Amino acid sequence: MAEKFIDITLKIWRQKDAKSAGKMVDYPMKKVSTDSSFLEMLDLLNEDLVNKGEEPVAFDHDCREGICGMCSLFINGEAHGPDRGVTTCQLHMRMFKNGETITIEPFRANAFPLIKDLVTDRGSFDRIIQKGGFVSVNTSGNTQDANALPIPKVDADNAFDAATCIGCGACVATCKNASAMLFVSAKVSQLALLPQGKVEATERVLNMVHQMDMEGFGNCTNTGACEVECPKGISLDNIARMNREYLKASIIAE
Amino acid sequence: MATLDSKIPEGPIKDKWTNHKNNINLVNPANKRLIDVIVVGTGLAGGAAAASLAEMGYNVKSFCYQDSPRRAHSIAAQGGINAAKNYQNDGDSTYRLFYDTVKGGDYRSREANVYRLAEVSANIIDQCVAQGVPFARDYGGLLDNRSFGGVLVSRTFYAKGQTGQQLLLGAYSALSRQIGKGKVKMYGRHEMLDVVIVDGKARGIIARNMVTGEIQSHSAHAVVVATGGYGNVFFLSTNAMGSNVTAAWKIHKKGAYFANPCYTQIHPTCIPRSGDHQSKLTLMSESLRNDGRIWVPKKMEDVLAIREGKLKPTQIKDEDRDYYLERRYPAFGNLVPRDVASRAAKERCDAGYGVNATGEAVYLDFKSAIFRYGTEKALVEGIENPSAAKIQELGKAVIEAKYGNLFQMYYKITDDNPYESPMMIYPAVHYTMGGIWVDYNLMTTIPGCYAAGEANFSDHGANRLGASALMQGLADGYFVLPYTIGDYLANEIRTGEISTDLPEFKAAKKEVEDRIAKMMNIKGTKSVDYFHKRLGKVMWDKVGMARNVQGLTEAMAEIRAIRDEFWSDLRIPGTADSLNPELEKAGRVADFLELGELFAKDALERRESCGGHFREDSVEVGGEQEGEALRDDVNFKHVSAWEWTGDPATSILHKEDLKFDNIELKQRSYK
Repeated sequence: MAEKFIDITLKIWRQKDAKSAGKMVDYPMKKVSTDSSFLEMLDLLNEDLVNKGEEPVAFDHDCREGICGMCSLFINGEAHGPDRGVTTCQLHMRMFKNGETITIEPFRANAFPLIKDLVTDRGSFDRIIQKGGFVSVNTSGNTQDANALPIPKVDADNAFDAATCIGCGACVATCKNASAMLFVSAKVSQLALLPQGKVEATERVLNMVHQMDMEGFGNCTNTGACEVECPKGISLDNIARMNREYLKASIIAE
Repeated sequence: MATLDSKIPEGPIKDKWTNHKNNINLVNPANKRLIDVIVVGTGLAGGAAAASLAEMGYNVKSFCYQDSPRRAHSIAAQGGINAAKNYQNDGDSTYRLFYDTVKGGDYRSREANVYRLAEVSANIIDQCVAQGVPFARDYGGLLDNRSFGGVLVSRTFYAKGQTGQQLLLGAYSALSRQIGKGKVKMYGRHEMLDVVIVDGKARGIIARNMVTGEIQSHSAHAVVVATGGYGNVFFLSTNAMGSNVTAAWKIHKKGAYFANPCYTQIHPTCIPRSGDHQSKLTLMSESLRNDGRIWVPKKMEDVLAIREGKLKPTQIKDEDRDYYLERRYPAFGNLVPRDVASRAAKERCDAGYGVNATGEAVYLDFKSAIFRYGTEKALVEGIENPSAAKIQELGKAVIEAKYGNLFQMYYKITDDNPYESPMMIYPAVHYTMGGIWVDYNLMTTIPGCYAAGEANFSDHGANRLGASALMQGLADGYFVLPYTIGDYLANEIRTGEISTDLPEFKAAKKEVEDRIAKMMNIKGTKSVDYFHKRLGKVMWDKVGMARNVQGLTEAMAEIRAIRDEFWSDLRIPGTADSLNPELEKAGRVADFLELGELFAKDALERRESCGGHFREDSVEVGGEQEGEALRDDVNFKHVSAWEWTGDPATSILHKEDLKFDNIELKQRSYK
């Protein structure tokens, strides 16, 4: 489709730091190319702000190709904006109409404290992984040959699908309970599906769920918004699998 | 002045690494608890090294500028990872992987390092599978392989188009386990801004907490820099927005030699630039060239009609298309190495045949492949006299199964359906083979300071083969550095804890604080991006795919001028004691503005064409190879290692001669 130019109004959450109060601020933008990505549009806004001597809008981003999970943004009420199966960095301005007002907020959750403007601290995700999101194998160079343990293709494929989670936090931001069940279950599932992960499956699911609760994430009430907004299409099946693993582990642990 | 001793072990090449490991010093387990190691960067090399060192018992401090170690840019690698497993029984071996890597690097890498890389490659796959990395498998449950980058065997392991992600998350999980155990202290959103040298040894770093702006001193008995490549010196590249040279550049300025800065890989299959708003370029996996045919129109009037939107590429008849790679390189066709494919695209676009509005795009067409696969599939399914539409449908399904995620990505970015109309592609800066000079132990010319992964220079010579970057990052991080660093640390067991109150720490900290203050106080009129874009344009135009004396000389002067302007007219809003992305960018661009000049100087000094470095004044004259790259083994069979003097223009060149005892030097030919 040919490049077009649109005029838009941005309503952006500005907050100096964790202690200050925040507010929405309006920024009109003229002649934005529909071929530019959403973050490139924000680059243009920031360039303008710098040129005017104002402080630019802080937002997280890095790879800009949808894989690092650093970019976030709650755009017009949706995590990663109106497109499906993309992160904010892959969202393009052709998804918006001329004259549209676009609201941009951070990913909000108690477990994601705000740092500045649209930047939040998602360290709680790392701390959950640290409690068991791994196989306890040291680097040695003497592990058995990779093909000594055949894994059925269907299990390997399902494990891969769960493992594609990028840890962005869209599932939490979009959940009315700010639950991290989709994130945690993706890792629990990946490792539960593979023979390498089965050895520690019991402790893993108990420890990771415990840490999830400690971090202040909410409960899952099966609304399924997380699956809809997940840029990587992580399935709700993972939550079901984690619930089974958790139940099993709770019985064994008693 | 440091000397260039590569410390390559004696003996036959196949025994060097084993003998070396048997002979180097070890640190006793109890003593490891008394030793601190700093690892900067959490990609494949840094993440793997930090995890492995912690497993061994060292106290590790790990730093990354991202909010989490899981986000390092290794994550974006698509295609796969090479390993000489010979699972496909196609005659692969350690020697063949070694040979292909040295040849692919155009004979500008160090034999012993590359052999070791090939040797440990098989361990990497074993290690990753043990960690639960979900590689692709076949229906028998065994690991699948694909061929990659025009080599003659299938040795590439992959996880769909997300191999880098899965390998990085494997290293991240190992690192997370050690963080959970308290053996690694993780510092996310921290940027290393200097190395601290005490009595000639690396003893720590100065880092900035990017949230609070606090400038911190961290001490250790060794410092590992695994901070990736410097492709962002071109502004537009496939690197992440935050990828930078800063850590590598800081150690360079404190004594670490910088090797072969001009060796850059320009990847042929990236999505073209669409306009001035562009912030980065996106790679489309090289695997697409297995099935796509690259072309531009033969007639100029067709080119113009396409640009004006009056003609569609699908309307151009086959005889009016110039499949220029097939024409120029009949033996390899569309599968020529990356450097050759990139230069050929540039040649056509420079001649005016580029097919988009910017004039910088060529077609990558799947029409033939769709027809071929569709016909084959119809036969297999027993469909007699299939209609053209049926063949199309069947063929598209095959292409979708192979490249679905890439086609989807292309569609999301360009809003163009590549199943119906050919993709547009153009080369983009992708990887930097050059980097910090290291010896066989991966130690830089600063004792106690190491460089691993893309940040060092050692394994890829002048051109890197596909699926070899992931291999090198993990080899360095899991299997090389954790052993070789022990040789140095064995002499540090009596050192005890290093105080950050030493005058050297205070001086380094003050230097960092003064530099930040200086930057904040310029209070000029231009943004960081303004300077970065100008630098990138000079680099791309004059230090890009084809280089000559005049262009390189001009580039050095122009970069210097931009640098002077940067330091007099930069504007950074906000304050230094809070999260300030403009300040972060400014620090990185300031370093790129110095590196860029050295980069051009290195390209000027190397008066030969080799790998990704193409000099227009070093080409074949006459004969079948007319106009192709001409290497000069008599005068340039060396590593160029640069010593900092205070000004990139006067950097001092040191040469490490490369010896090839196991491989005969040949001209690369793809005709």
